[in-house]
Amino acid sequence: MTNTKTLLPTEHCESCPAFYTLEQMGFKVGNFDRVVALAGNPNTGKSTLFNALTGLKQHTGNWPGKTVTRAEGGYQFNGVRYKLVDLPGTYSLLSASQDEEVARDFILFGQPDCTIVVTDATALERNLNLVMQVMEITDRVVVALNLMDEARRKGLEVDARSLSRDLGVPAVPISARSGEGIHTLLATVADVINGEIVTKPLRVEGTPEFQKAVNELVPLIEQIAPGVPNARWLAIRLLDGDAKVQQALLSGELTQRVQRQKQADVQFSRKMSVEGRQ
Amino acid sequence: MNPNDVLTKAETLRGTLSTSFRDEIVKSLYNEAEVIARRAVKTVQDKKYDLDQKIDRLVTSPLTGLPLMLILLGIVIWLTVSGANVVSEAIANLLFGIGDWGRALFSQIGIPWWITGFLWDGVYLGLAWVVSVMLPPMAIFFPAFTMLEDLGYLPRVAFNLDWLFKKAGAHGKQSLTMAMGFGCNAAGVVATRVIDSPRERLIAILTNNFVPCNGRFPTLIMLATVFVASAFPPALTSFIAAGTVVGVVLIGIAFTFLMSWLLSRTVLKGEASAFTLELPPYRRPNVMRILYTSLIDRTIFVLWRAMQTAAPAGAIIWILANIHVGDSNLARLIADWLNPFGLLLGLDGVILLAYIIAIPANEIVVPTMMMVYMGAGMMVDGPGTSAGIYDLLVHGHGWTMLTAVNLMLFALLHNPCATTIITIYKETKSYKWAAVSVLITLGTAFLVTFLVASAARLFGWV
Repeated sequence: MTNTKTLLPTEHCESCPAFYTLEQMGFKVGNFDRVVALAGNPNTGKSTLFNALTGLKQHTGNWPGKTVTRAEGGYQFNGVRYKLVDLPGTYSLLSASQDEEVARDFILFGQPDCTIVVTDATALERNLNLVMQVMEITDRVVVALNLMDEARRKGLEVDARSLSRDLGVPAVPISARSGEGIHTLLATVADVINGEIVTKPLRVEGTPEFQKAVNELVPLIEQIAPGVPNARWLAIRLLDGDAKVQQALLSGELTQRVQRQKQADVQFSRKMSVEGRQ
Repeated sequence: MNPNDVLTKAETLRGTLSTSFRDEIVKSLYNEAEVIARRAVKTVQDKKYDLDQKIDRLVTSPLTGLPLMLILLGIVIWLTVSGANVVSEAIANLLFGIGDWGRALFSQIGIPWWITGFLWDGVYLGLAWVVSVMLPPMAIFFPAFTMLEDLGYLPRVAFNLDWLFKKAGAHGKQSLTMAMGFGCNAAGVVATRVIDSPRERLIAILTNNFVPCNGRFPTLIMLATVFVASAFPPALTSFIAAGTVVGVVLIGIAFTFLMSWLLSRTVLKGEASAFTLELPPYRRPNVMRILYTSLIDRTIFVLWRAMQTAAPAGAIIWILANIHVGDSNLARLIADWLNPFGLLLGLDGVILLAYIIAIPANEIVVPTMMMVYMGAGMMVDGPGTSAGIYDLLVHGHGWTMLTAVNLMLFALLHNPCATTIITIYKETKSYKWAAVSVLITLGTAFLVTFLVASAARLFGWV
């Protein structure tokens, strides 16, 4: 299902060198160079962006909670092949419902090369809570300010530069429905992955006692579960008494999960995307 | 150092922190988000979502919300009924015409009767029935439904029904999964993942089948048009038919509440949990995308699935009807054997046989039933028209209004299709709950049709 059809071109596109470099690759995710995850609050347009990039037809609709499993597809940008993983929408990464767990597990254990957090520009404050939680887990975050057209209609002006500065990660205004800003977004993702853009995510410091406790736990976690990413996040969860993380640590499941997320990908993806049709 | 030590260490360290340390962190996270958002967002014009709010006041008000919902549902179904009627007949005439032509061609060039029969009267006829009965309503209903979905209406439905679900001890989000069930019950079962409490999720899974999926709508529409509406003047036909289907849908929703209430009072005891539901802004639907999703993704997908079961079902019926036992045939013998039980439920043996053959995808039950009636004995000319169907069933096989009403009730309440049952097993990872879902629905269907049939006979309606 390779699709070389381009995204709704405007007159500016003709003069833009980036225009011809996006290729939608549909289900062809067998050979990919990079993995990019799409996270965000429910109903912010993740699946719309996913479809625009991959040329797939993941079910979209105007209600929160359509995507309950993860769907995967591919796109090629400037000669690099990316696997794109569309995650269920979630308000937080701390909850227990199944769809949110799918999102959390992937960001945590799937180790995507970059996570795009799709935000609703008309309700930025609430969306930033999730952005900051994702930034607790990983450095490589790009914020996509989606629904910019709706924000304008609502009389809101969103300053992406101020947002980037404050968050310490790039923020790119887009409109997934019309295709506006998508090339800038992809270029930014590529730059974050290859280190051209160095992110410095804003993290909540906490009290000195808290910092000390975290710093003591991190090496211990790394010792018993070698290869586990985000030991800092796990340490915070343990201090908080998160029963699921405790259990995962005891059963040795942490290390397994890292492996599993890596392996399960390819066969899983095709099946899921097809079953995901509704 | 082993994992237990790490946990102990974490416990000790937690003691050094103030008890509310997590709250403080979350609080500072929220404060930070607020500050950043305030710096980044400027309100240039104070254009509030005036129109949105006005619409929402109407759509979600306790007074007008529910009636509006009914009116919308009524419009969608009326469009489907009146539109489908026009096309159905044309498609049926075309497909059955091709069948006649193929049969004639085959016998002309000397192909043995049993190959001709198997292919044209079995497999092809099954396909033709499915396409002519199912395609037109789906091609109208799906785009209309997707339009409402794209507009942002579904969360409003959830909002309106929340208090009812809460009363039934279930989760308010169950109305979202129920709405998905109108599309496809298997999809509705998967959608229950948005419900985080396992108890409430199970209730949503077990009751999802009480709303008719798109596969079952054509059955309801056909029966409502051919039987219920035909008792009224022609000018009213489409309104009566739509009203009947809306009525059946409401009965299904009533059973969803009733069964949720029963479950949450008995095997799945517990209180309803609170949740926040976001009402997204109304968005202008993207017409091209709606047409693509609803026609390619949904219509063709569902139709293809139905055809895959209809072809073998057609073949089986033809074989059963052509194995002669004395002066009767196997299909007839089985139907006769099932008949007493069928009559008890206000149905008949042929309908039950059709249900058994159509278990893999019970949306094909009407086509299957028509083929059994025709195969089991009597051939009728022009069965594709509603007059033809009426003639075949009423004069040929003694149908009454009770048969039609009870078949609609049975189609609404009976067991989930095979795909849905497998999905329920996958989602619950339990044979027990998958079996329970079949028993609950089948039990309800038997009980309700039996009661209705008994009442109708007691009061001398039939």
